[in-house]
Amino acid sequence: MKILLVAEYRDKKLLGSCNELIAFSDQMDCESVMCLVGSESDLPRFNGTLYLADVENYGEYNPDAHKQFVLDVVEKEQADMVVFSHSSYGWDLAPRVAFAMKAAQVSEVVEVVDGIPVVPVCNAKLRRDVHVKTEQSVVTIQAGAFGLSEDPTGTPTVEKIAGDTAGRVDFIGYEQAESGGVDLGKAQIIVSAGRGIGKPENVGMIANLAKVLGGEYGASRPVVDSEWVEHNRQVGTTGQTVTPKLYVACGISGAIQHLAGMKKSEFIVAVNTDKDAPIGEVADVLIVADLKQFIPALTEKIQSL
Amino acid sequence: MKILVCIKQVPDMESKFKIDAGGTWYEKTDLAWRMNEYDEYAVEQAVQLKEQVKDADLTVLCIGGDQVKETIKKALAMGCDRGAHIADDDSSSKEPFEKAGIIAEYAKDKGFDLIFTGMQSQDKGSAQVGILAAEILGMMSVSTIVDFSYSDGVASLKRELEGGVKACVTASTPLVVTCQLGLNTPRYPTLPNIMKAKRKELLSLPVADLLKVDSRQETAKIYFPEKKGGGLVLEGEVAELADKLVKILKEKTGVLA
Repeated sequence: MKILLVAEYRDKKLLGSCNELIAFSDQMDCESVMCLVGSESDLPRFNGTLYLADVENYGEYNPDAHKQFVLDVVEKEQADMVVFSHSSYGWDLAPRVAFAMKAAQVSEVVEVVDGIPVVPVCNAKLRRDVHVKTEQSVVTIQAGAFGLSEDPTGTPTVEKIAGDTAGRVDFIGYEQAESGGVDLGKAQIIVSAGRGIGKPENVGMIANLAKVLGGEYGASRPVVDSEWVEHNRQVGTTGQTVTPKLYVACGISGAIQHLAGMKKSEFIVAVNTDKDAPIGEVADVLIVADLKQFIPALTEKIQSL
Repeated sequence: MKILVCIKQVPDMESKFKIDAGGTWYEKTDLAWRMNEYDEYAVEQAVQLKEQVKDADLTVLCIGGDQVKETIKKALAMGCDRGAHIADDDSSSKEPFEKAGIIAEYAKDKGFDLIFTGMQSQDKGSAQVGILAAEILGMMSVSTIVDFSYSDGVASLKRELEGGVKACVTASTPLVVTCQLGLNTPRYPTLPNIMKAKRKELLSLPVADLLKVDSRQETAKIYFPEKKGGGLVLEGEVAELADKLVKILKEKTGVLA
């Protein structure tokens, strides 16, 4: 079997997720090649052939042109499986490539057991084994599911490809996240609010506990989308990735996107009424309680120390 | 202008799930059902577009058994004009390419200028259906949008990338867009609109008439993930729990020193 890994380059930088693609192919233990719309000045550390399309000609992500580029490499290499990260790039590009290949796409693979891809269902509460019926397949891999014990080494053999760069979507520019006064990345202690806080008035008790602990407060995506907490405090894939000494997750069920942003914290406490909530998988301590009673009690206790 | 919005009915994700008898999906009884959260944003955006361009006809499509009519009615009460119920008691076993095929078969020849849908479903989460439907129809698609505006046949969109970054793009209609959370603020249907929705057209079509593509994958088995354990689970009275946690934090972390 031959695997094609599709690396991503954005805004003048190779994205680190290409190491996860390499980890995936190492685990599959078969021949792999890589392709990238990027630049020779920032190449992945990969032992093998890298098909490179020059970002100077292609510009930033252009679905039609990238699709054709990946398909050209698939054709050239007769790849059996095409692998993307399960990211905004993979979500968008993988189905286009899969459709053109008449191949099944398996999304958000977390592991492969005896050749069978495994994916999460219902916010990771369940898992399912997928049986692929097509000869070729496309997979996207969950961020953080495949890791290397150390950074990869090696220098790719670059083969340049130039193709049609026309497309039906025009890229205008990037909009960076507004940076406020808070830098959660530097906080040693973070107390985060999730949907379980119930109403915006309860953000105060979360902020108060953070203050008493000498830390900052954060939030999960639904709380930010509801505008209860500003976006610069959002923890997760689309917010910030944090690694504090202590992370207290209050009323956060533990969507994968949130876990990806905080699971490397040194010590994790979760407060949740549902003892089967996925946050329990990463928590060092899971307090099964109503946070509206527990948080004030804990705050008071700490204040009295 | 003709607009289509494709929605799905999903269980509340806080539910206690059980495995069904076949071992390939969750048991569907005893669950609370609702509109897939991502699709709520899709419906809202479609309704806002209809309100903006005035002369528009907005169809909402949903695949599933009779029970999904409730969710279609919610979309009608939010402002969709007509409902298309693709009657399928076995929709949970359909894979993304089949769902996309059904939608495309329904949409072809109807001349939709814009098709909205959620970027993924909360239960299966493949994030494929909208884009695949566009590919089958030969339409362009833009995924994961958190901002939408439309003027004279051109949509200006912001796609959500990682780390808070957005990509601003434009694309011409006909177009499929898949909606990310936070795109807008989905409205709550008002009582008069709920009453009005009862009189709106809601046609059921048998899925067999629309399913023309073959399945490319299937679920071999569904199961609960193995608990990695590790973590300590504490239950009990609140004051006692606070005492226990403070003790643990003192022992295991330096934060209360």
